[in-house]
Amino acid sequence: MTKWLEDNMPKMVLAPSFIAILIFVYGFIAWTAWVSLTRSRLLPKYEIEGFIQYERLFASPRWDTAFGNLFIFGILFIVIAMILGLVLAILLDQNIRTEGALRTIYLYPMALSMIVTGTAWKWILNPGLGLEATVRGWGFEDFTFDWLINPDMAIYAIVIAAIWQSSGFVMALFLAGLRSVDGEIIKAAQVDGIPTWRVYTAIIIPSMAPIFLSAFIVLSHLAIKSFDLVIALTGGGPGYATDLPATYMYAMAFSRGDIGQAASSAMVMMMVVFTIVVPYLYSELRSKDG
Amino acid sequence: MKSYITGAVSGIALLVAGAVQAEPQVEVLHYWTSGGEAKSVAVLQKEFADNGGTWTDMPVAGGGGDAAMTALRARVLSGNAPTAVQLKGPAIQEWYDEGVLADISAVAEANGWADVLPESIANHMKCEGTWCAAPVNVHRVDWIWANAEVLKANGIDMPTTWDEFNAAAAKLSAAGIIPLAHGGQSWQDATVFEAVALGILGPDGFRKAFVDLDKETLTSDGMVKVFDQMRLMRGYVDPNFSGRDWNLATAMVMNGEAAFQIMGDWAKGEFIAAGKVPGEDFLCMSTPGEGFLYNVDSFAMFAVDGDDKKQGQDLLAKLVVGKNFQEVFNLNKGSIPARTDVALDKFDSCATLSSDDMAASSSNGSLLPSYAHGMALRGAQAGAITDVVTAHFNSDMSSEDAVQQLATAVANSM
Repeated sequence: MTKWLEDNMPKMVLAPSFIAILIFVYGFIAWTAWVSLTRSRLLPKYEIEGFIQYERLFASPRWDTAFGNLFIFGILFIVIAMILGLVLAILLDQNIRTEGALRTIYLYPMALSMIVTGTAWKWILNPGLGLEATVRGWGFEDFTFDWLINPDMAIYAIVIAAIWQSSGFVMALFLAGLRSVDGEIIKAAQVDGIPTWRVYTAIIIPSMAPIFLSAFIVLSHLAIKSFDLVIALTGGGPGYATDLPATYMYAMAFSRGDIGQAASSAMVMMMVVFTIVVPYLYSELRSKDG
Repeated sequence: MKSYITGAVSGIALLVAGAVQAEPQVEVLHYWTSGGEAKSVAVLQKEFADNGGTWTDMPVAGGGGDAAMTALRARVLSGNAPTAVQLKGPAIQEWYDEGVLADISAVAEANGWADVLPESIANHMKCEGTWCAAPVNVHRVDWIWANAEVLKANGIDMPTTWDEFNAAAAKLSAAGIIPLAHGGQSWQDATVFEAVALGILGPDGFRKAFVDLDKETLTSDGMVKVFDQMRLMRGYVDPNFSGRDWNLATAMVMNGEAAFQIMGDWAKGEFIAAGKVPGEDFLCMSTPGEGFLYNVDSFAMFAVDGDDKKQGQDLLAKLVVGKNFQEVFNLNKGSIPARTDVALDKFDSCATLSSDDMAASSSNGSLLPSYAHGMALRGAQAGAITDVVTAHFNSDMSSEDAVQQLATAVANSM
């Protein structure tokens, strides 16, 4: 009996969560895929009609904007947050005295929810209340910073807020990475008289490759599922200039009673996630086998 | 032992009594949760209780009813629909098509609804000939509100044509006053758009474009003119309008920062709550042009099991369209009664104007459903139009492009 328990305990303990994930993650992905092939409106229907919802999706200018915004937002957000995080981490890594306090300050935005970040930045970036009004109040009458209300620039305003929120977290990741680099190698390099910037570019940063990968994965899923920040900061506006796929899907499913359309946009979002995650999983699994 | 038996027997007796005297019961799903609205619902709750019913309240706040609709969907899918749900416009018929609505024709006929409701509003309450919903109120959408003092100081009368409006706006801009208070949210853009469209296309054109989705009207020269006027309107709002809530725009009119606002009659509630007097502090008029755009709130009755629930449904339907409730509720909410035989002595001048206009436009066929507030079209189609309207309003898209996009978007939403 004990022998049997010993053999089967892990399976029994894992079974409930395995079944739950099977149903609530993969089961519902399959359900969404099914619904995306139907003409479901208010309530889901199950007669398959082909790819009509996908045709509608790609014919919709609003989806074009949302999908384009995903790439503008995603690329800028990931690249800038990583560069900024790395620079901050390197600066903090110089054995400065107040490191603990500074680290906390930079990490703190991560503790706020995106809704709070969005609301705060909405006020800061509002031309009549925030930055623009303040600088004009100082006497620079021509100063304009109206990104939030300019349909061409509003998506960049969202990028700013998202970077503010997340770069501290990236910094913490990189800081941990910097600390994990073998001190002996660095000392050896210093003895050889190699300048500090060379030490970073040639030794430390290359040895942190796994950290870059984790940071990239974390940031890219933040970017793809971004929803609350847009809702709080611009509500998708002006017009629908700052719509992202997630807000598009929400509007279709919950405001417009167009479930089939929402399901098809969700499937496209999932495919985007897969194109990022699958190569990552593949490389992870392969390196473990080898 | 004996006491057990008596206890059990009296318990059964109570159960039997309960079954014989079914108490009317309703569970009402609604999204009237803000101050004035919650007060209005309380009126109905009290009246229902006074008539011997039990009211189970199910308010779902948020998202202009989106959250409530999500809750409704979950309840219907799980086979446990609420008795009555705050629904409006074609959404009623959409739910009917899903086969989940009840038939309340008996109540409607017993109380002569067909005689007291304007025909086009009554049609919204019917599903393939049977009554399936009860109207609560009529909001007029095509209102233009103005600050009386500002108009007087600048020598401007309430505009009766869009040209007059444009002239007035030019004058106000020159005087350093924001001509149009507006909030850049897509439903507000759509509200202004439909008022402009009604004025320029006229009631018939409006019906063809936004009720019948007639492609020729959607791509007509008239529609180009509508978008031209929208481009002008864009110039009349202040630079900070993006994302502003409608009540903040109303406040701008109240304190004289802006002169006009185009908004439904819920804006009146804001003026009145601030102690302003209609006709003295602020003016109300229909937007330039003929016609009347309505937004009617209603309760749709869902198919339920059990006599107590069915009785509750009938009682609720009867009370909702009853004279007393229609008066008290609409005094609280700022709208006007849906039935035409309620005395309007207690209502203000804007409400009487609205009621007179409703009667007049009902007789000449210009009583039209508001597309921006989900009365004319299904959600997906109305949404597709709003997407184009708000994209045009917030960019430098040309009117011709907008009209083309409008036709494509409508075709794509079918």
